[in-house]
Amino acid sequence: MINYNSISQLAKTANEQKVTISQVVLNDQAKELGLSEEQLFKQMEEMLDVMIASVKAGMNKDTRSSSGLTGGNAYKVNQYSSAGKTIGGSFCTKAIAKAIAVAEYNASMGKIVAAPTAGACGIIPAALLTMMEEHGIEKKAAVMALITAGAIGMVIANEASISGAKGGCQAECGSAAAMAAGAMVEMFGGTNDMVADSCAIAIKNQLGLVCDPVAGLVEVPCVKRNAGGIMCAICAADIALAGVKSVIPVDEVVTAMREVGESISADLRETARGGLATTPTGIMLKEKIFGK
Amino acid sequence: MPFNIFDIIGPVMIGPSSSHTAGAVRIGRVGWKILGEKAVKAEIGLFGSFAMTGKGHGTDRALVAGILGMTTDDERIPRSFEVAKEAGLDFTFSEVKLSQAHPNTAILQLTGVSGAQCIVQGASVGGGNIVITKLNGMESAFTGEQDTLIIAHKDMPGMIAMITAELAEHGINIGSFRLSRPQKGLQAVMTIELDTGIDEATVSKLRGLHDVGNVVYMAAH
Repeated sequence: MINYNSISQLAKTANEQKVTISQVVLNDQAKELGLSEEQLFKQMEEMLDVMIASVKAGMNKDTRSSSGLTGGNAYKVNQYSSAGKTIGGSFCTKAIAKAIAVAEYNASMGKIVAAPTAGACGIIPAALLTMMEEHGIEKKAAVMALITAGAIGMVIANEASISGAKGGCQAECGSAAAMAAGAMVEMFGGTNDMVADSCAIAIKNQLGLVCDPVAGLVEVPCVKRNAGGIMCAICAADIALAGVKSVIPVDEVVTAMREVGESISADLRETARGGLATTPTGIMLKEKIFGK
Repeated sequence: MPFNIFDIIGPVMIGPSSSHTAGAVRIGRVGWKILGEKAVKAEIGLFGSFAMTGKGHGTDRALVAGILGMTTDDERIPRSFEVAKEAGLDFTFSEVKLSQAHPNTAILQLTGVSGAQCIVQGASVGGGNIVITKLNGMESAFTGEQDTLIIAHKDMPGMIAMITAELAEHGINIGSFRLSRPQKGLQAVMTIELDTGIDEATVSKLRGLHDVGNVVYMAAH
C-alpha cells in the first residue's frame, strides 16, 4: 500500500518497478478500492468523458453564469486561437480556451469533475484534451495521466491542502497546475523524475496565490486563474522535459506550500474580505448582484 | 485524512461550488430521505453565507433539487424550480437568524404527500461534505453518507443496552454511536450510523420498545 505522502517516493517506487507512476497508482488504488485495474481504469475514463463533455459545452457562445459575471469568453479565445494569429501559438491558446470553457461551464451550473476542486476544474481537462488534440495523445494514455494527476493531488491534499479556504488559491489552481504538469510530462514520455520536477516547478510558480473571489462567487478571478493555471502547467512541464531539475525538491516545495497557506491572512482565503473582492469594482459588483 | 483517487479526481457535480451547490443538494436529499415520501411543501430557511451568496451559487435551486431526491450530478438541478412545479412541490425561502450555527446552514421544514413532516437543519462544511446538526428540534450530528438511525427516547439507565441488543440480535454492526441529551432525565437522542441497512420490520420493532419515542431510519442511498 502507498501512503501518498511523498511525490518523490512515488517516482522512486515507479522507477524501481520500471513502470510509470500511473501504473503503480492504478495497481495500488484498485486494491485499495476493491476493484480490478480494468474497473478502476473504466471509472477514470468516465471522469475523462465528463471532462470532454464539459469542454465542449463550455465553448458555447451563450454560456452565462447565474450572476451574469462570467460566460462567453472561452468562445472568444477559441475563435481567436482558430484564426491562427496568436502570441502563444495554437497549443497554448487552445489550452487556455479549454480551461476557461470548463470554468465558465461550472459557473453556469454545468456538470463538471471537481479536479481537485470545482474552482480549479478547468486546468486538468485543458491539459489532457489539448495534448490529445494537438499532440495526438491516445485516450488511453490520457486516462493513465489522469491517474498520475490524481496521485499528485492526493499527496498535496495529505501534506498541504487543496482547499482555498485553508490554503488560498495556490491550494486549488496551484495544486491543479502541478497535477496537470505531471500528467502532461507523463503523456509526452518524460521520466518519473521529470513528473516530480514539473510538480515542484508548477507549485513554486504559484506559491502564495490568494483566494479572493468577488462577491464570494466561483467566477472572478477564478475563471481566468484556470487559464493562468494551465499556462503555469505547460511552462513547468516543458522546463522539466528539457531536463531542468527543481533546485528545491518537490516534497519540500509541498511543505512550503502548506506553511505559506497557513500564513495567508484569513481575509485572503475564500472569505471575500480582501484582494480583488474588496477593490472598488469588486464591491460594486457584489452590491449589484446581492444588493447592499 | 486518507484520500482515495476519486476524492481528488471527482466528484462529478453540477457547479459552481462544492460547498454552496453540491453540499446544498446533499442537505436537501437528506431531508427527502428522512421525510420518506414525496414532499409537497418545503419551507426553506437560509442562514449566513447560504443566505448572503446562495443565489449566485444556485444554493436555492440545489436545495430544492435535493428535496426532490436528486443527487449532486443531476443535470436537472439548474431547473429544479420547474421540476418542483411539475412534481407539485410548493417551496418558499426565507432568511433565518441562528446563534452558533455554521455559516453555510439551511433549515428545511418539509411536509409529505401523506402528511408526514420533518424539520432538518444541516450545514455544508466544505468540499461538498455536510453534517445534519438538528433533526425535528433535537441536536444531531450525522452526514447521511451511512445508513443512519435516529432514536428519541427517555433519558434513563439501560436504554443504550436495550437498543444495541436489538440491533445485535439482527446482526447489525454499529459504525458510530452518539448520544445527546439537552437535560438529564428528560429526552435523549441516539444517532447511530450502521455498517449495513436494516428492514422496516426491525425499525418498527425499535419503535415499539418501551420508553422509545420517534425513530427515524435513513438509508444511505
